Amino acid sequence: MMPELSLNILDVAQNCVRANAMLTEISICADTVGDRLTVVIRDNGCGMTPEQVAQVCDPFFTTRTTRKIGLGVPFFKEAAEDTGGSFSIESEPGKGTTVTAVFVLSSIDRMPLGDITFTIHSLITLNPTLDFVYHYQIDDRSFTLDTRQFREILGDVPLNEPEVAQYIQAYLTENKSEVDGDVIL
Amino acid sequence: MKSLEELKAIRDKMQNQVNLRDEDTTATRVVVGMATCGIAAGARPVLTAFSDLVQQKGMKNVVVTQTGCVGLCQYEPIVEIIEPGKEKVTYIKMTAEKAAEVFEQHIVRGQVKSEYTISSALK
Repeated sequence: MMPELSLNILDVAQNCVRANAMLTEISICADTVGDRLTVVIRDNGCGMTPEQVAQVCDPFFTTRTTRKIGLGVPFFKEAAEDTGGSFSIESEPGKGTTVTAVFVLSSIDRMPLGDITFTIHSLITLNPTLDFVYHYQIDDRSFTLDTRQFREILGDVPLNEPEVAQYIQAYLTENKSEVDGDVIL
Repeated sequence: MKSLEELKAIRDKMQNQVNLRDEDTTATRVVVGMATCGIAAGARPVLTAFSDLVQQKGMKNVVVTQTGCVGLCQYEPIVEIIEPGKEKVTYIKMTAEKAAEVFEQHIVRGQVKSEYTISSALK
């Protein structure tokens, strides 16, 4: 099991990278009134057939050849369902995949979100040729990071250039703390 | 809120530095396994430790990157250090503390930290 949701998100988002997605969207929305935390990970990668979608929650299914088990998606599904929430995957070959996990925010079985800023930062800086859109929202407060917007400003300067990477880190940290206020997810 | 103006300033500064890094030929690569097995075993603090150290020391010829599962899940977190013209060195069961030692001895001083390598574990 992963000790925090941000590690599940990092893990599942790695599947987007492996699916050759040019664009991966990660959205985290907390609704304190409705008591839900919704995490959506959507990519425009190679997608899966209905047969693969049916198998992907099976821990003994993986497309890897280095080992015979695949726990990334099953861990994420369990983490959501343990809270009384729900989990779904929609996918179409050639179009992409959307993974949606809904958590009951106040459930004692809900793992903390953890260091989501690190997850997003490492996805961006370790995959500097891919695009990511990250949306973080608590009730009506939110911010969005879109690497396509950054890229437009940066031109030839890569997203993993140390000064740019530091800027992205600060951008994520400062905006998150403004959205958070005194809420800890 | 962090403004995009700051990003523009970084771009203007960087564009004047003509030679952006040529990563593929001369750089040392630090590769951290970041599949489910690696992440669950604690690869994230290891990756952070290497990235932070490289940035702190301003080492332009070291690239920290990630890979998937290499099929040795029981030894995760695994870090491979690949220097041009040398044999790949595989470190196993890494932690942030061990990462700092490996960084200092192997990357800075060029000596393999042999007690943490997979070959010493298999002896």
